[in-house]
Amino acid sequence: MSKLHIMAAGTALALLAAGTTAQAGATLDSVKQKGHVQCGVSTGIPGFSSADDKGNWTGIDVDVCRAVAAAVLGDANAVKYTPLTAKERLTALQSGEIDMLSRNTTWTATRDTSLGINFTGVNYYDGQGFLVSKNLGVKSALELNGASVCIQSGTTTELNLSDYFRAKKMEFQPVVFDTSDQTIKGFEAGRCDVLTSDQSQLYALRIKLADPNSAMVLPEVISKEPLGPVVRQGDDQWFNVVKWTLFAMVNAEELGITAANVDEMKAGTDPNVKRMLGTEGDIGVGMGLGNDWAYNIVKQVGNYGEMFERNVGKGSPLGIERGLNALWTNGGLQYAPPIR
Amino acid sequence: MAADPREDDLPSKPPVWNDPRIRALVFQIAIVIAVSAFGYYLFDNTLTNLEKRGITTGFGFLDSQASFGIIQTLVEYSETSTYGRTFIVGLLNTLLVSGLGIVLATLLGFIIGIARLSSNWLIAKLAAAYVEIFRNIPLLLQIFFWYFAVLRALPSPRQSHDLGGVVFLNLRGLYLPRPLFEPGFGFVFAALVAAIAGSILITRWASRRQEATGQQFHTIYTAIGLILGLPLLTFLALGAPLAWELPELRGFNFQGGIPVIPELSALLVALSIYTAAFIAEIVRAGILAVSRGQTEAAHALGLRPGLTLRLVIIPQAMRVIIPPLTSQYLNLTKNSSLATAIGYPDLVSVFAGTTLNQTGQAVEVIAMTMGVYLTISLVISLLMNWYNKRKTLVER
Ligand SMILES: N[C@@H](CCC(=O)N[C@@H](CS)C(=O)NCC(=O)O)C(=O)O
Repeated sequence: MSKLHIMAAGTALALLAAGTTAQAGATLDSVKQKGHVQCGVSTGIPGFSSADDKGNWTGIDVDVCRAVAAAVLGDANAVKYTPLTAKERLTALQSGEIDMLSRNTTWTATRDTSLGINFTGVNYYDGQGFLVSKNLGVKSALELNGASVCIQSGTTTELNLSDYFRAKKMEFQPVVFDTSDQTIKGFEAGRCDVLTSDQSQLYALRIKLADPNSAMVLPEVISKEPLGPVVRQGDDQWFNVVKWTLFAMVNAEELGITAANVDEMKAGTDPNVKRMLGTEGDIGVGMGLGNDWAYNIVKQVGNYGEMFERNVGKGSPLGIERGLNALWTNGGLQYAPPIR
Repeated sequence: MAADPREDDLPSKPPVWNDPRIRALVFQIAIVIAVSAFGYYLFDNTLTNLEKRGITTGFGFLDSQASFGIIQTLVEYSETSTYGRTFIVGLLNTLLVSGLGIVLATLLGFIIGIARLSSNWLIAKLAAAYVEIFRNIPLLLQIFFWYFAVLRALPSPRQSHDLGGVVFLNLRGLYLPRPLFEPGFGFVFAALVAAIAGSILITRWASRRQEATGQQFHTIYTAIGLILGLPLLTFLALGAPLAWELPELRGFNFQGGIPVIPELSALLVALSIYTAAFIAEIVRAGILAVSRGQTEAAHALGLRPGLTLRLVIIPQAMRVIIPPLTSQYLNLTKNSSLATAIGYPDLVSVFAGTTLNQTGQAVEVIAMTMGVYLTISLVISLLMNWYNKRKTLVER
């Protein structure tokens, strides 16, 4: 029995068992009591969530978990990670095995409305793309008729792929694997002509190839993949904490607050900054946290831009442009409601 | 029972609450009620909890469009088919690999099991080594081994190995020509059925004659001749109403023909080889359980070793072999769910994997999947029990 089925059975059991259901406030209390945030991440996507040989996790999704831990517990390191494949992740969240899921998960209507989970925001705007071996000589996805395509099961990728090929009246053969490791191995072994996934993850998987230069990402982006953290439905307080953690990081970038200058800014006079960093008002207390919640996030994890550049941007092997993920003030989509 | 002296001593029948039969009945009814009530409680509680957590329930999803592709489908399937259809497709793929696996594992297992008892030292040791190696390596590793070994060894589609331009082998699979039946081919099938029926009748007649007169008849050769010959003659007489669709390289891959995907081959090889190791041991135990005297008696009667094995040893050994063999068949079927690790689209991968994930209806999907494995297992058990009954000792 794979982990997924044990978990699925676990969900079934949890649901069968006596009448405990999600209660507002339950998660925040239990996190404070445990002293750590149990965070679901991927089994290894460089730049998003991957562990080094010492077991230290890094990545943009990992930083969201760390920011939540900083806001709630005042310590960004108070996180325990549960690596999950695409198939396992939603079940793990539903069954209560993790407190939050931060694992390149696409926000879709079905997931948000019928699975008992809620998306709290978007930490990376992505879209689906194709990775092909260079010696195939293909320049566009439109030349892929009849190709074998490696995909990971339990993803939106599976559905988009079918839709795209059907719309373009092309044929394909799906080769479906459970983990990203097997998917990339299958691609490398030549089982398929194309590997498809969210574009950012293609860049991440490409650097896992023995020779990253042997493969290239095609220009077409065939879907919208807003990736973001997810929590269980029915606990509004915890939902707010995770949602506003992300907003705080975006607002911090917009206000120019960084990990380096946060102490200096805190002493300043800008009322927006003061409200956010808790020297004025009681916003943190209203959320069930301390008023220094946002200060801790920025001080220990940094603002959104810092998180981006460090993990997937210029400061990382992926070297991805900000693009859609630039602040709205710079022509991107990252926009957060004001903290007031 | 007048013979029991106490009966006369008893003044009257015991009161109802002391009657053991009535008591037993009451307890059983109480237990059935308690178990059903508990079952109902669990069921009701699950529904309430699912609803409270905002998780959709019910089997309505089986009618919605699946929108994902499946690489191997034994029945008509496309992205516009329903989730219910993905269930059927996955189920058939599971049955395909388990069915083929059971046949191959049985053949291989019997050969190895008998080989292990061979008086030829080398053959016996090779068989022993086979059993020890394959029985002791985890099946999942064996599946990965065969899968990636197969993939590594094969060329890309453009450099396919081919056999007379008819059969092609590459990384994407083995491509066989597909028979296209033309009108009239039905008669060939009819001839085949007639030949099989005829063979059965001849076998019966031959064994009756042998019992009565002791005369033997070459049943096997006659049957083979009949089963091959009759359809062939019909086929030729009708002017060969059959065409072949050959696989051909179009774009990236071969199209047409019958593709056998490497996932199926790897899984089948791994399952058969692994299970055969267990079956070999069962066969060996079964044969050893037949007393040595039987062999000696058969030899004394002048039966050759081959005939001794076939007519004396195996029929008796079968009684010992069948029950544990049944468990191996059940194991193989359940182990086939490891398919999902290498992307073979079996029930667990397609239905309890992708469908579960796209719909999120874990309780329903897992319940259906468990139901399937339970049913398959029960059917195998029933068939094997029936076969076992036929083979048990019939005293004459
Ligand atoms: N964003 C898509 C796809 C996410 C996804 O799972 N992508 C794969 C890329 S191959 C992945 O991250 N796998 C890592 C793992 O399984 O640990 C979704 O939410 O369904």
